Amino acid sequence: MVVLKGKSVFHDVCMGKIVFYKRKERTIKRYKVEDTESELKRFREAKETALKQLQELYDKAVADVGEANAAIFEIHQMMLEDLDYVESIENIITSQQVNLEYAVGATSDNFSAMFSAMDDAYMQGRAADVKDVSERLLSVLGGEESNLNMLTEPSIIAADDLVPSETVQLDKSKVLGFIMQHGSTNSHTAILARSMGIPAIVSLGEDLTEECNGKTAIVDGFDGTVYIEPDEKTSAEMSKKMEQSRAHKEMLQELKGKENVTKDGRKVKIFANIGKTADLANVMANDAGGIGLFRSEFLYLENEDYPTEEQQFAAYKQAAETMAGKTVVIRTLDIGADKQADYFHLDKEENPALGYRAIRICLTRPEIFKTQLRALYRAAMFGNIAIMYPMITSVEEVRKIKAIEKEVKEELTKEGIPFKADIETGIMIETPAAALVSDELAKEVDFFSVGTNDLTQYTLAIDRQNQKLDEFYNPHHKAILKLIRLAADNAHAEGKWIGICGELGADTSLTEEFLRMGIDELSVSPSMVLEVRKKVRELDLSGV
Amino acid sequence: MKSFKYVVQDEVGLHARPAGLLVKEAGKSASSITIESKGKTADAKRLLAVMGLGVKKGDAITVTVEGSDEEAAAAALEAFCKANL
Repeated sequence: MVVLKGKSVFHDVCMGKIVFYKRKERTIKRYKVEDTESELKRFREAKETALKQLQELYDKAVADVGEANAAIFEIHQMMLEDLDYVESIENIITSQQVNLEYAVGATSDNFSAMFSAMDDAYMQGRAADVKDVSERLLSVLGGEESNLNMLTEPSIIAADDLVPSETVQLDKSKVLGFIMQHGSTNSHTAILARSMGIPAIVSLGEDLTEECNGKTAIVDGFDGTVYIEPDEKTSAEMSKKMEQSRAHKEMLQELKGKENVTKDGRKVKIFANIGKTADLANVMANDAGGIGLFRSEFLYLENEDYPTEEQQFAAYKQAAETMAGKTVVIRTLDIGADKQADYFHLDKEENPALGYRAIRICLTRPEIFKTQLRALYRAAMFGNIAIMYPMITSVEEVRKIKAIEKEVKEELTKEGIPFKADIETGIMIETPAAALVSDELAKEVDFFSVGTNDLTQYTLAIDRQNQKLDEFYNPHHKAILKLIRLAADNAHAEGKWIGICGELGADTSLTEEFLRMGIDELSVSPSMVLEVRKKVRELDLSGV
Repeated sequence: MKSFKYVVQDEVGLHARPAGLLVKEAGKSASSITIESKGKTADAKRLLAVMGLGVKKGDAITVTVEGSDEEAAAAALEAFCKANL
């Protein structure tokens, strides 16, 4: 039995097999072969297998995300069968009398170099597709198959850390928990784990090695421990813990349908945060009163190209209809910083968290922004959608947004496309600047929602992706609570409502303080809705 | 030999997906088909070569079809370009 200690991000226990995800980095050896005929045969066989895999991926993607989004796998198939590509590999094998792996590597390098040298940023990005196709061939040759998108049974995912483009590939129904070598308790993997309500432990260090792949493990999210190949005694103890955790969850289920009200009668709304339409089921299952944050950027991250107005419309409409008249706050795209999509072609930045992201992209590339707004106004016909803008720092930005909103509405009217013009619009309070000028901002918008993760990062000047800083990252810092209180007072002075949609919203040690500030809504991971309801119902604010 | 000119309207030009569709369409014909743009020529049945042309919105392409079914293939490709590119 190996015992590893790290930082826990969600309190639960799970048991299962580990799948170790290793980002592919391979070195290809070049060696002479006498029998080039058998190399060519190996090539044909590997190509067939790779084509079959791509067809399976294509079929799965058509079912999951629709034909337009699945097209990339069809393109990959065509690349693999492309005569230039095939002939290049065959030529290298026969003319240089070398091994297949080397020929694939060299061909991949040549074609990706060709794309990288093109003057069009989009085409430069296609170098990645050629590499991807070649990687697949090499994986087939190496007999590798386990990967994030090829989970066959519910597993514990181990890795150094996962970026959003990797986590989106995961079949969430087959993930029991996460164990990460690195990453902070605020990394994307951590946030994902919390939203899924599954145990995850980060910062386990280099002792978590690839050798654990395939081994049985128990992840104890209550005290941040991973037991690899646990002994009988540990297994028995942990089974008991799992049972207790299950009982606790059942107890929470009894709170379904009950009001979010304190003993002295103060009511608060408890909404859910979601990242994609698939999470809607979880929202309903946990009895959330609405959606306080729909992170629309997942539509962008999962795509190979800008999501079309129709794709977005379909997603927003589904959310609005599913929630059947309950509030659905959709945040406009928050791409940039740690959330990157290749096709945006964002420059590398020295300081991405303080860089070109979110509303800053929308205001300088209005065509992207307008597509999203059109989809939102159209979808608003089908339910109670509210729009929320991220990364606001000034009143001027809000006025610029309003000008664009007006243009979009005029265009839709002119085109005779049905939409709902009169919907609530709000802003995120996630920069200290926004909190400090919230008196002016409150006059311009219908509501505020405090994004505590970024507000903490910006107020304390702490990069939340940097795990070395975890000990300095104190979201309970007085400065942050003061900023939230200021924004709450200013919102209420103008008769507007204020919610909290960051991780802090689910921090039950602060629920009482938030209610005392007069916070109107707490938006939390679906898995935390009932936990927060329980806390609210235990509170009595009548004292003091 | 049949040929026609077409100016690409698609916002991002002949990127992967449209190029893929075009190559597929060209593959249906028995004739030899080439695409010429900005002084470079590519075999229309080869995806990487077509993408390598780097055709952008507003660029003119000349499609040349030569072979037994050139009439029908050229007409089909021209209709395809108008509908998809």
